[in-house]
Formats: sequence, structure tokens, C-alpha cells
Amino acid sequence: MSKQSSVAFVRREMLPPAPPPPGQAGVLRWMRENLFSSVTNTALTILSLYFIWSVLASIMPWTLNGIWVAGSLTECREIRDARGLETAACWAVINERWLQLLFGFYPTDDKLLSSLFYAEPLATAGGLEAVFGAASNATDRIEFVGMMKGDLSNFTIFLFGYWRPLLAVALLVVAVAPILYSSLPRSLLFFSMLYPFVGVFLFWGGSIWGPMTVAIGLAAAFFIGRFFAKRFGLLGGGIAAVAAFIFIFLNPLPFIDHGGLFPLFPHVKDVLHSIIPFGLSAIPSDQFGGFMLAIIIGTSGIVLSLPIGILLALGRQSTMPFIRWVCVTFIEVIRGVPLIVWLFVASTLLKYFLPPGSSFDALLRVIILVTLFASAYIAEVVRGGLAALPTGQYEAADSLGLDYWKSMQLIVLPQALKISIPGIVNTFIGLFKDTTLVVFVGLRDPLGLTNAIRATGEWNGIYWELYIFVALLFFTFCFFMSRYSMYLERKLQTDRR
Amino acid sequence: MSEAQTSLQDRQIDRSQMKVTDEVAIEINDMNKWYGTFHVLRDINLTVNRGERIVICGPSGSGKSTLIRCINALEEHQKGQITVDGTTLSTDLKNIDKVRSEVGMVFQHFNLFPHLTILENCTLAPIWVRKVPKREAEETAMYFLEKVKIPEQAHKYPGQLSGGQQQRVAIARSLCMRPRIMLFDEPTSALDPEMIKEVLDTMIQLAEEGMTMLCVTHEMGFARQVANRVIFMDAGQIVEQNEPEPFFTNPQNDRTKLFLSQILGH
Ligand SMILES: Nc1ncnc2c1ncn2[C@@H]1O[C@H](COP(=O)(O)OP(=O)(O)OP(=O)(O)O)[C@@H](O)[C@H]1O
Ligand SMILES: [Mg+2]
Repeated sequence: MSKQSSVAFVRREMLPPAPPPPGQAGVLRWMRENLFSSVTNTALTILSLYFIWSVLASIMPWTLNGIWVAGSLTECREIRDARGLETAACWAVINERWLQLLFGFYPTDDKLLSSLFYAEPLATAGGLEAVFGAASNATDRIEFVGMMKGDLSNFTIFLFGYWRPLLAVALLVVAVAPILYSSLPRSLLFFSMLYPFVGVFLFWGGSIWGPMTVAIGLAAAFFIGRFFAKRFGLLGGGIAAVAAFIFIFLNPLPFIDHGGLFPLFPHVKDVLHSIIPFGLSAIPSDQFGGFMLAIIIGTSGIVLSLPIGILLALGRQSTMPFIRWVCVTFIEVIRGVPLIVWLFVASTLLKYFLPPGSSFDALLRVIILVTLFASAYIAEVVRGGLAALPTGQYEAADSLGLDYWKSMQLIVLPQALKISIPGIVNTFIGLFKDTTLVVFVGLRDPLGLTNAIRATGEWNGIYWELYIFVALLFFTFCFFMSRYSMYLERKLQTDRR
Repeated sequence: MSEAQTSLQDRQIDRSQMKVTDEVAIEINDMNKWYGTFHVLRDINLTVNRGERIVICGPSGSGKSTLIRCINALEEHQKGQITVDGTTLSTDLKNIDKVRSEVGMVFQHFNLFPHLTILENCTLAPIWVRKVPKREAEETAMYFLEKVKIPEQAHKYPGQLSGGQQQRVAIARSLCMRPRIMLFDEPTSALDPEMIKEVLDTMIQLAEEGMTMLCVTHEMGFARQVANRVIFMDAGQIVEQNEPEPFFTNPQNDRTKLFLSQILGH
């Protein structure tokens, strides 16, 4: 500009485009600008470095000197003293007990273990039947299993003894993957729909006809519903829903001990089972535990609370006062009381409301409460997303002739949910960590199990190592969720250039 | 605005298809609307025949937007009757959705769906409302995108287009539903002069093909050349309506005169 002699200026040649200046990288430059730009900053940098160093100096030796192989805490301390170490973590407790932290008191498949690894001793003892059959002596059996497990490595027991929960979790990953990553083939979604039944069967066992009848009932109800909805509109859909209800709940899930709760045809499942008997040994919910419990409650809660929360958010925006009122009341009441109180209330109140003699599965109860609790939060998060959407989007959808549900499904929710992703994932992470609260209603979550482990003579007095392990388990999952939400936000970012 | 006007005058308008028929497209009888206690629209009576191109103008807040939004039931009226293509608007949702799928609407702020590509914006309603097969809907969409001269943008997202391009996509999106009537609510007032021209060109092209159009706009050049009737609204009422020539050269009502002198004067 300074070269310009007068105000008038005419460009004779247009400038060609030039590449942007090279990156302003360089570690030294960055450090100078960010860490040592002034006296105060330099002082703060040095102070922070000292702080970090002193924290690490006290933690690292303890962690890295950790003792991995020992039979008890006393043994750990002896090894430590023998090595002349001042501090050392006793990781041996994790090494010994990690199966228990993962699965709680969930029974191992002893039959499979013994027939795989103990064929010879079994043969001398008179075969599998002698040990496991009805004729076998209970003390012999317990002794045999104890000896067998003592010989096998934890990892072998993990792979073969716990094959059911392991397979269930592996399949869960397969079922969830196509939902999380749209680049995977869409046909996998069929398995995702099937998974709830497969998962329930693997975890809880029992006759395969339990989950089967529920699945068949649901599928039948779906097709019947669609058939009627085409002919008779909404009313037909309603009738179909009732049909679905009958189909589902008259074949009680393994959770509900049918002492008169659904008394009409409680035996369909049993009849089918007597024709084609196939099943796994039934494992009642009170034997579930460990981190597996967090995964079961967490994933069911997450999967169920999202649709319920979305419906609540839409209901709260409804123009029909009754629906709006119901949704607002539900959200405020559920959200206004701590989850732990709800857990206690449910366990006490249900005793009064259920017919005497029937019991409502504790785990199912927790899943329902956690779901409802999270859905109230999800509803509020989604409401924020709905409110952030310009009214022009609703009007454009309306003006194209889309009806309410279609405009919600195609226009409003995809955008509102995208806005709400951080809040939704935040709620999910909270839900996942809240699963540890079940320890207060008698389920054995990982934290409860650390107490159980401490209660044994060998590991009495050990705290840090167990808590760190549990914390790492939870952190891994929550960190994955947080990363996934960032990935999703980036992927869905289409409205900015 | 003047730039757009001069360039419009260069264009020869083909009037061979612009025929006003006797068939009634929209009929509004004694329609009234209130926002709470505020009387926005008062005794509106208007009959639009098929093939008419009507421009609605008037000062800000006079109820122009409200009037055309009542025609596709984006706003509810409290008194009187609106009949669109033989369907009378009532609270019955079926009727409303039927009218909406026959009437295209273009907004001042485009209102494209930012999470969908241009092509998906155009195929969404045909696929989900008209149940047209996807392939066919895409062919139709490409046909109309070519018509508004942006087929090459089909796989971009709305955020990647200029305002004028977005508005032309919005027009194409409406056309994909094969509407019999098009409503425009100030389609060019959020645009720069250069882009105004491309959007007006598209609208003229539509008019030349005989589309029934109701257009809220202050583009008087467009009104003179394309409209067969200009309606002036003030304070929720239709104050004056006439053919463009007499309307502009010889307005009768004092409010019209004042309005015209204000917008044409400078
Ligand atoms: N949702 C609403 N609630 C209450 N009053 C409204 C609402 N929408 C519009 N109005 C009022 O109704 C009147 C007419 O509004 P309208 O948008 O139809 O005006 P307009 O003629 O389109 O004006 P402009 O040229 O500024 O777009 C205005 O006075 C406005 O303040
Ligand atoms: Mg307006």
C-alpha cells in the first residue's frame, strides 16, 4: 500500500493462487510461545513439572515393582522384603482373582472343563456320570471340581469354564458393531435384532424355548400388526400390540417366577420343551456378578433408555396436553429422586404389589429402574436438541406433506440427536458407572466383590490394587464411549463447510 | 434490486404457455386469523385460477406471509374457508397432508435439510410421501436439478452451496413433488443481487411453463413482467388488486400510492 502514490488504483494482472505458508511447527518455538512466554508462565511451568515429577516419583516405583505371583498378601510382603523394596504393589491378587472380579459367583461349566481336561482321572473315577450324575456323592463332586480348578490355569477356566458369558459378550460386540459403524454390512443388523434372545439364553440358560417363544411371539405380533395396520389403521396396530403382549408375557421370561403373576398359559414353553428338549443349565440372576453385571445392566439400560427417552422428549413437546402432562410428570418425578432411593423403593414396594409367592427378579428390576432413570435424563438432553432446531426445518418438512412421525424420523430427530450426542453419551457414561450401585440391593458388582475378596484370609487388608483394577475396567469402557461419540460427531458434521 | 431488474428486462419472456384457465385452484372466502387477540388477517377473499401468477406485496407486518402460510395450513385460520384444489382445509390431518403434498412452498431462508445431500433433499418427500421408487425419484430429482441448473451439486450438502444455489435447490425440491401450485415467501430477500437474478430466472421459467404461482416479493420487475395480478396488502387486509400495468402506473388507494412511491422512489 505504501508504494501506491494516489488513491486510485487499477489492478492490471490478477494474482495467481499461492500455496499457504508452510506449517508453523517446531517444538522449540511451541515451547517458547506456550510454556516460557513470560516470567509468570516460566515459573508456572517449572512448578507444574515439579508437581508432576513428585507424583510420579511416589507412584511409579510402587506400580512397576509390583509383585505378580504370590498366594496371599503376607507372601507378597515377604517377597517385597526379600527383594529389599520399600514399596511394591501386590498385583498377585488380580492375577489370582480376576475371574471373580469379572464374573462374580457365576458358575463355571464344570462338565465341559472336566471332559476336556480331566478325561483320564474321570475314567478312573468311573466316568463323567460318577462325578456329575445324580448318583454321585456331593462331597466327592465338590472335592473333584475344587481339585480340577486348582490345577487349571485361570485363563483356561476363563476360556472354557466361562464360555457362556464369554460367547454372549463376544456376540454382543458383533451385534452392536453394525449399529455403531454404518460402513459394516447392513445385513448384520438382522443379527442385532436377534441378539437379545441369544444373549438371554446364553447368560441365563434354561430351556431354549423360553427366549424362542418370546422371539416368535414378537415376530408374529409384528407381522400381524403390520397386516392389520394396513387394513384398519391405528386401531389394528393397537390390537396387534395387545396380541404381542399376550404372546410375550404369557410365556414368562426366565426372570419371572410364575407364581400367579400371569396365570393364563404358563406352560406353553414347558410343553414345547417336552417335545424338543434343548437347553443350557439355568443360572438364576442372584449368581450373576462382577463386571459382567455392569455390562449386562449397562448395555440393556443404554439400548432401552434411548428410545424411551426420545419418546418422552417428543411427548413433552406434544400439542396434546394430557400426553405432555404425563411425560413432564414422569421425567420430573424420576429425575428428582436419587437412583439409589428408587432401587430401595422398588425392592420394598414390589413385595406389596406382587401376588404373594411370586418374586420379581432382582436383576430385571434393576435393569428396569436404571433404564427409566436414564431415559428421564435422555429425554431432557434430546429436548435440548429439539429446541435447538430452527422452526424452518419443521415447516419445510410439513410443507412437503410429511406426516408427524415421518418428519420426526427423517428430518427432526436425525438433526436433534446429532446436536444431543455429547449429552446422550454423557448420560450413558453416568448410567454405566451407576451400575455399581446395585451392590446396595444385594447384587455383587465388582466393588462388592472386592469386599468378598478381602474377606478371605489370604487377601485380608488389600485395597488399592483391587480398586485400581476395577477403575481401569470402567475407565476402558467409558473412554471408548467418549471416543466413539467424538468419532460420530465428526462423521455427522455435514452442515459446516 | 435495480441490477436484477435491468437484467430481467433483457430476457424475452415466452408467454405461449402462460394461460389463465377458468378452473379454480385456490378459493379463500371471508378468511380471518388471529394470533391470540391480534387480528392478523381480516376478511380475506381471494380466488386464484389455474395458471395465474399472483404477486403479493405490502409493508412489513401486513400479513403477507401469514396469508400464504394459511394456504398450506402451516398456520391455522380461525374463521372462513380455504379450498385448495377442491380440498377444503379443516383440522383433519389427512386433508392437510393431501393439500401440502399438492402445494409446493419456497421459504425466505431456503430451509433445506442440512443433514441430507442435495439429491436426498429432493428425493425424500417423493419416496416417503408419494411412495415413488428410489431410482425413479432420483431421476426426477436430477431432471429438476438440471432445470434449475445445478445438477453437478447433487452430491454435496446444502452447507456447501451459495445462497442462490440453495434457493434453487429448494425450488427443485418442491417441484419434485409435482405440485400443481407453488407458493413463494420472499424467495429472494435473503440473497445478494447476483443471486437474486438466478433465482428469479428459475421462477420465470416456471411461470413460462404455466405453473400456478403465488409469490410474496418486492421484486417489482418480476411483478411487472411475470404476474398477471398484483395484490397489495396492508394491516391484514387486501387493499388493492389489479393487473400489473395499471397497478404500478395508476394505483387507486392512498396506502398503495405511498407504498409504491417508497419502494420505487429511490
Ligand atoms: N407466531 C406469531 N405470533 C404472534 N404474532 C405474529 C406471529 N407471526 C406473525 N405475527 C404478527 O403478525 C403480523 C403479520 O406477520 P407476517 O409475517 O404475515 O407479516 P409480513 O407481511 O410477512 O411481513 P414481512 O414483510 O416483514 O415478512 C405481524 O405484525 C407479526 O408481528
Ligand atoms: Mg413475511
